[in-house]
Amino acid sequence: MLKRVAVAAALLLFALPLRAEGPSLSDAAGRYALTPQGSRLAFTVPAAGGRAISGRFLNFSGRIDIPSDNVEQARVVITIFPDSVATGEARVDAFLKSNAVFDTANERAITFRSIRVRRTGADTATVEGSLTARGHTFREVFDVRLVEFSRGRVRFHVEGRVLRSRYGMDVGTPLYSNVVDFDMDLAARRG
Amino acid sequence: MANRVRMPPVAGMLVLRYNPPGMRNVMIRNTKDGYGLVAIILHWMLAILVIGQIGLGVTMLRVADRRLSFDLIQWHKSIGLLILVLFALRLIWRVLSTVPRPAATLKRWERLTSSVVHRLLYAIFLVLPLSGWALVSASVLGIPTLVFGLFLLPHLPLTVSEASENFWRSAHLVMVLAGAILICAHILAALRHRLVLGDKVLDRMLHPARAKE
Repeated sequence: MLKRVAVAAALLLFALPLRAEGPSLSDAAGRYALTPQGSRLAFTVPAAGGRAISGRFLNFSGRIDIPSDNVEQARVVITIFPDSVATGEARVDAFLKSNAVFDTANERAITFRSIRVRRTGADTATVEGSLTARGHTFREVFDVRLVEFSRGRVRFHVEGRVLRSRYGMDVGTPLYSNVVDFDMDLAARRG
Repeated sequence: MANRVRMPPVAGMLVLRYNPPGMRNVMIRNTKDGYGLVAIILHWMLAILVIGQIGLGVTMLRVADRRLSFDLIQWHKSIGLLILVLFALRLIWRVLSTVPRPAATLKRWERLTSSVVHRLLYAIFLVLPLSGWALVSASVLGIPTLVFGLFLLPHLPLTVSEASENFWRSAHLVMVLAGAILICAHILAALRHRLVLGDKVLDRMLHPARAKE
């Protein structure tokens, strides 16, 4: 009897997956529109010996198209409105909106258009695209992970590093790092 | 040999003289009758820096270009530290060196006024940069200071809050106003001696004392 229980337990143990499978990018095929609910476009600019500048963009829009047959044919277009930048300190917000950084009086939007998507795992990919800010366009690469997919809704976690000096925003370097760390959650709804 | 610093003993104390061509027997240190080269150089360096610093402070707050404003504020902080260091050197030099007697032509009230204004200027030059440093340290923005792009200046251990920042901003502004008034009084007094009274009071800070042959 004991031997049977042991065999059954061993079979059950090996039958269980080692970890719960996450949502797959292939499963998430479809056309999506970004939604503010569940999205968080956060960035950090580290400082040398001081407090880093951390903030979020509150106003943005975008579309994500994932074909069912080939995830690497996916297309992403995101528009960020820098006038919505929020750091929790009004003076920093005003400075970021000024001509020193985003120059929101003359530059209304920052856009990202994907050029190439390379799948790196079942739920991960790198998205290379052209980022345009203040009239400058450069190729940037972001790491993307699908963290949620259910009932026509998806949520991606996106990380990337951008050199701000290339976009005419090098004010304060090297006191503040030239590298802007992006740590974002992009939630989208099918449709 | 003419350019060497010589240290002959005069009246029982060590006196430094500088002897390049055209500056024979110029005193490095102060004498009882006048200021030496070091005191004069420090005086004019601080004069230029402090007046420039006040102008820079006003400009950085008024300029519309926020990028330029940020850079000017960094320069303002660096120059403020330089002023503090130079002023500390000047204080040390004053302690180590002889303090010249007041000009013989000065009336009693002029000597008294001059003494008061000088002491107040010394106090302001010491406290003004420190109050700026305190303002930066107490600011909720927490912006670091990279002195002339060379090294980071640590913040003073002060409470970081809006109230603390506002207090030190007000203190800095009040001291700037007091300093500006004192500097104006100092300049006007020097010009009065030169242009109205025609005496040699200003000359003492233009030409270093010379050792007697």
